[in-house]
Amino acid sequence: MFVLHGYEYLLGFVIVCSLVCAAAIILSTLLSPRRTGVERRTTYESGMEPLGAAWIQFNIRYYMFALVFVIFDVETVFLYPWAVAFSQLGLLAFIEALIFIGILLIGLVYAWRKGALEWS
Amino acid sequence: MSSGIDLQGSFIQLLTDYGLPIGVAKTVWIPLPMLIIVAAVTVLALVSTWLERKVSAAAQQRIGPEYMGPFGMLAPAADVIKLLFKENMLPAKTDPWLFAIAPLMVFIPVFLSYLIVPFGQNMVITDLNIGVFLWISLSSIAPVGLLMAGYASNNKYSLLGGLRAAAQSISYEIPLALSVLAIVMMSNSLSTIDIVNQQAGYGILSWNIWRQPIGFLIFWIAALAECERMPFDLPEAEEELVAGYQTEYGAVKFMLFYAGSYANLVLSALLVAVIYLGGWESPIPVGWLASLIGVSESTPWLQVVTASLGIVMTLFKAYLMIFLAILLRWTVPRVRIDQLLDLGWKFLLPVSLVNLLLTAALKLSFPVAFGG
Repeated sequence: MFVLHGYEYLLGFVIVCSLVCAAAIILSTLLSPRRTGVERRTTYESGMEPLGAAWIQFNIRYYMFALVFVIFDVETVFLYPWAVAFSQLGLLAFIEALIFIGILLIGLVYAWRKGALEWS
Repeated sequence: MSSGIDLQGSFIQLLTDYGLPIGVAKTVWIPLPMLIIVAAVTVLALVSTWLERKVSAAAQQRIGPEYMGPFGMLAPAADVIKLLFKENMLPAKTDPWLFAIAPLMVFIPVFLSYLIVPFGQNMVITDLNIGVFLWISLSSIAPVGLLMAGYASNNKYSLLGGLRAAAQSISYEIPLALSVLAIVMMSNSLSTIDIVNQQAGYGILSWNIWRQPIGFLIFWIAALAECERMPFDLPEAEEELVAGYQTEYGAVKFMLFYAGSYANLVLSALLVAVIYLGGWESPIPVGWLASLIGVSESTPWLQVVTASLGIVMTLFKAYLMIFLAILLRWTVPRVRIDQLLDLGWKFLLPVSLVNLLLTAALKLSFPVAFGG
């Protein structure tokens, strides 16, 4: 039935977890009181009248982090098969990984020097 | 290596003895360990909220919860009942769909990760061959939920909290993945079962913490940051952001966030136990003790004792780490956002890369000690 052995449990667990969430939400809907009113549904802003909405243009300070993150995350994904098979590959694989990580470290140093890793 | 108790095998054997076909028996078995794990994890998370209150109280020379049950142990249950009875508020300006889905996006991946947490040789829902990698990939879904919650609330505190949460969790994911990578290299496998078996043999001396001390520290710091624990609880820093992305949440949706975050803490502690502290192995090997008193390892009662001891050991190690996390909360002040990112990118990332290369070099030089 399943091409990949063991993954029927993953599918089953997704269903079980979703059912647990659904049960909690349904139970709470049955138990909890329901009242209406305009005032009580206003956005919380420390007791003040909310000034404008939060859906405005804002400066995503860390988009450079996100870019560097993508690079290193892909690197990590490449390194996983290397690590699993390392004992069969031996010295040559070590040198290759050394070059690979070296190139990425140069990239990290470049980003660091350019100030991509600063919050402001 | 004894194979331990095979609950699945015995259960299916029992059902086929009653005349059921084997396919049906297997299908009946599948949901059982899952329901047990979901119930157990809920209890473990509730116990850690109780522990958090008690230890926090002790750290501040207070008593903490006292009247609800013995030592206030029923306080978490009272919390759950209270949250279930609360009104399910939906602020007028929110995006209702995103607002409702966000807690599920945080809650479900955390619980799914328990799929690969072993409590014994066969005490795991399924021994997937991608093991820890499944956990690493699932842990990157949660930030999406946090961003969703922050955006959907249409509240400035929530938005800032959600953005901080996303920045924080992407910064600490790479050191986390790289420190796990060094362990994977030593055990030649991604499966959590293999990782624990590779640490068996010499009791406490063969645990990974002695061979990967740097990796252990990186893993624990990054795991605390992923769980948004003090000193890395910037996304919900209450002095600045009220409650961060949770500001507008209440009742059952808040409960899902809350349960998710404590389940995540328990998960991280369990994985520290499995990856670095020898999982279900005792500090003194059971097989060694058994041969000392002259009992064969395949004796049925000894297998039951070993399996129970394995579960107790895993939980004991995990709760030791949770205890440490709670004490850290009252010891270390909260870091600033730029300090947080500096720690992640300019310290942990280079150190974890060096640790990985060091492990590779050591494995080439001393293949016997590093899982050759």
